[in-house]
Amino acid sequence: MSYQLPKFRHPDLPVNALGYTRADYEGSISTLCAGCGHDSISGAIVRACHELALEPHKIAKLSGIGCSSKSPTYFLGKSHGFNSVHGRMPSVVSGANMANRDLLYLGVSGDGDTASIGMGQFAHAVRRNLNMVYIVMNNGCYGLTKGQDSATADAGSASKKGDPNPFSAIDLPGLALQLGATFVARSFSGDKGQLVPLIKAAISHRGFALIDVISPCVTFNNNPGSTKSYDFVREHAEATGTVDFVPMREEITASYPAGRSQEVTLHDGSVLHLEKLAPDLDPFDRVSAMVALQRHSAEGQILTGLIYMDKDSRDLHDIMETSRRPLNSLVEEDLCPGDKVLANINASLR
Amino acid sequence: MNPTDIKNPEYFHKVVDCQYACPAHTPVPEYIRLIAAGRYDDAYMVNWESNVFPGILGRTCDRPCEPACRRGRIAKGEEPVAICRLKRVAADNKTDISARLPRIPEQKNGKRIALIGAGPASLTVARDLMPLGYDIDIYDNQFAGGGMMRSQIPSFRLPASVLDEEVGYILDMGVVTHFNTEVTSLKSVLEKDYDAVFVGTGAPRGRGLNLPGLEDAGKHVHIGIDWLASVAFEHTSSIGKRVLVLGGGNTAMDCCRTSRRLGGEDVRVVVRSPFADMKASPWEKEDAMHEGIPIHDNHVPKEFVVENGELKGMLFEKVEAQYDENGKRSLVPTGEDLVFMEADDVLMAIGQDNAFPWVERDLGIEFDNWDMPVVDKATFQSTNPRVFFGGDAAFGPENVITAVAHGHQAAISIDLFCRAEPVTNRPAPMTNLVSQKMGIHEWSYDNQVENDKRFVVPMAPLEETLRNRKLEVELGFDLSTGFKEAERCLNCDVQTVFDTPRCIECDACVDICPTDCISFVENAEESELRTRLSAAAGNLAQDLYVSTELPTQRVMVKDENVCLHCGLCAERCPTSAWDMQKFLYSVTKAGQ
Repeated sequence: MSYQLPKFRHPDLPVNALGYTRADYEGSISTLCAGCGHDSISGAIVRACHELALEPHKIAKLSGIGCSSKSPTYFLGKSHGFNSVHGRMPSVVSGANMANRDLLYLGVSGDGDTASIGMGQFAHAVRRNLNMVYIVMNNGCYGLTKGQDSATADAGSASKKGDPNPFSAIDLPGLALQLGATFVARSFSGDKGQLVPLIKAAISHRGFALIDVISPCVTFNNNPGSTKSYDFVREHAEATGTVDFVPMREEITASYPAGRSQEVTLHDGSVLHLEKLAPDLDPFDRVSAMVALQRHSAEGQILTGLIYMDKDSRDLHDIMETSRRPLNSLVEEDLCPGDKVLANINASLR
Repeated sequence: MNPTDIKNPEYFHKVVDCQYACPAHTPVPEYIRLIAAGRYDDAYMVNWESNVFPGILGRTCDRPCEPACRRGRIAKGEEPVAICRLKRVAADNKTDISARLPRIPEQKNGKRIALIGAGPASLTVARDLMPLGYDIDIYDNQFAGGGMMRSQIPSFRLPASVLDEEVGYILDMGVVTHFNTEVTSLKSVLEKDYDAVFVGTGAPRGRGLNLPGLEDAGKHVHIGIDWLASVAFEHTSSIGKRVLVLGGGNTAMDCCRTSRRLGGEDVRVVVRSPFADMKASPWEKEDAMHEGIPIHDNHVPKEFVVENGELKGMLFEKVEAQYDENGKRSLVPTGEDLVFMEADDVLMAIGQDNAFPWVERDLGIEFDNWDMPVVDKATFQSTNPRVFFGGDAAFGPENVITAVAHGHQAAISIDLFCRAEPVTNRPAPMTNLVSQKMGIHEWSYDNQVENDKRFVVPMAPLEETLRNRKLEVELGFDLSTGFKEAERCLNCDVQTVFDTPRCIECDACVDICPTDCISFVENAEESELRTRLSAAAGNLAQDLYVSTELPTQRVMVKDENVCLHCGLCAERCPTSAWDMQKFLYSVTKAGQ
């Protein structure tokens, strides 16, 4: 059993604008089961952060409880981290985000941590449009407690124990759309080509960005009969289109074939290209997104890719008109500006 | 690309860079693991089976394995495992291994073989044929066996006791020795009705430089290898205070270092080529410089300066190397004044040639335009089917380990020839591929990659070694350093074996691989595929391992180049599609 990664990396690893290689964004060696989809998502996060040349010390990764919530240990080893109480990660992000709006908040949660114990927290973070990336590592089961069906397990889906799940599933992207989410995507741990640009777009989005990533549990839920197995997802995934993310500082060099494509400039100046979009989906129209999601679900398909994005998203700070400066940098003089200022305020109210 | 055929023994053999580069294909990682386990006798025997002279080679080998070692490629500033000196650890720490030497049959097979020259090639032939029941006569003009290992390699690099021991293992098998016997006629040997004759006479003629003043300088100008032999056989015990050594190969390094021990105070090496182009192994250059011997490069010798019949020194022309677009070098004079260097003695170590004045040209042995015998590169048979050549005598000067490799192959040919079988029937190598899995995440090899830098072999104090020509300079690794150095080995013979039908394409191996060796991509031609991988595969000398097509119409492609053989791909594989399997490749020897 290996307890640590060898220190050696490929000698020709590319460096990003900060001079860092991908290795600088890695964490310690995973203790999840071999083949766990969560490790692939960790790998995708590492790639996205490296390619965006983010400064590791300007990222905070937060999680709750569960296999998913262990995974922040396995990426971004040089970033801030907070492993919170089960399902309470959104509250901790809310507080942290209020105190320091300059960090990138990367929340990592699972289907249990989000759709069961943390459902109330999740709902309110969405409706407040808290500026964060919220990745759900969704395997449809409680892997850490031996694989019971979770709230996102599809009705009729059977885990390794063999009994079909009798209950209706919670569809997190659908729920988030209904709650007013401003960025909703779904992806698959086994498709980094799609997942990496989605994570980059979510990072660049201002507001709450949900990526529901189907992440097969190899130990308890990767069997025939499961709708969250590698094979089932590969057979039934239907992409809304391809996503290409071009960061602000790079020139657009790819040529895009004619056809249904959309281009959107994100808050930070990056550009998102959406290619080969499904004919019945307008990812900038909430109703269209909700309909597409429902229809694919009814047809037994799993809609992946960018499902919805609000180009004019205003995050919690915008809505609350908070100070541009992070609250944690305000000192006593800023917070208690003195009698004179108080007198002026009082005068303005008379 | 077509799927890789891992059943071809050469595929995984090539992954074991050290073993592949070794002319004798010694299973290096195998014996390094035995050293780490403290099993020095076993490590020694793995070597002895393959390269016959572990103690000698552990001190003197040209070590083509080390530049090939993967460890040297995995990071900038990382150096190869000290394979050669680990071999010495096995030799130094073994116990009595005589009981493990092959039994020599009392009942001989009735075939008689003559070996001409008692150097490494001939001794290897004897080592392989004696256990098969052959009667062997060995002829040499020296007083004991060993050939150039005795006459040219100085004792401060190779103590006589080590040489005697390992030569003795072979001669004690019952080889009939004819030492102090100069063979002056191959015809006379053939007339003795040997069933086969092996010529392993090396490249005994040192080149000289016929420059103005040579005749007058006369007795103070020496041919390097002859002078080394004369020192080794104690005919020469001193040299002038100021010595110039001409040449840039390993013989030049031995000459200058020997000079320092025989009274040379101002000893200099002067070489025509740039320092970096010198033929000498880097470590031999370092050792010479460590002994206070400067190396003057880009100096072409022009003239011996003799006054009143006494050698005063030499004149050199300064040059610089220029390379044309094909990389061909020419040494162009800089136009500066000639440089004068004082000298009492000059040693010329500028190359050596073969010489076969004793081989009559009417024996059916064809000679080529360079007056070299025509020898088959695989069978080592000459155009006279009864006569075989090996070592430096076959294709010109190489090194000990190459001579050993030749000896093994020539022995196979001689055995086939004596059994009236076609010598072209080369036996296939023996290979073995065994899983190292001991449990879910357990391997039977130490898969952790150590971070240590290469350890330096300790040396005896300079002032002592310079006083005594026979005092060995290198002390060898002590046991704990030897262990640590052994732990640097990446175990490249433990192969990553991929079983396509088991793969569920979960990407776990791709994510965990520390050196980005593994990719799942659409197939393409090799040149295109090399650009599509997780990390571009620019080292064309290293193969790509390509699977058959997976359910997603992709293939698994692994670039073997910087794989650490850490086993993490297999540890993180949920379905055991990856497995770590130890690959043993052994060159089949005569009679096996």
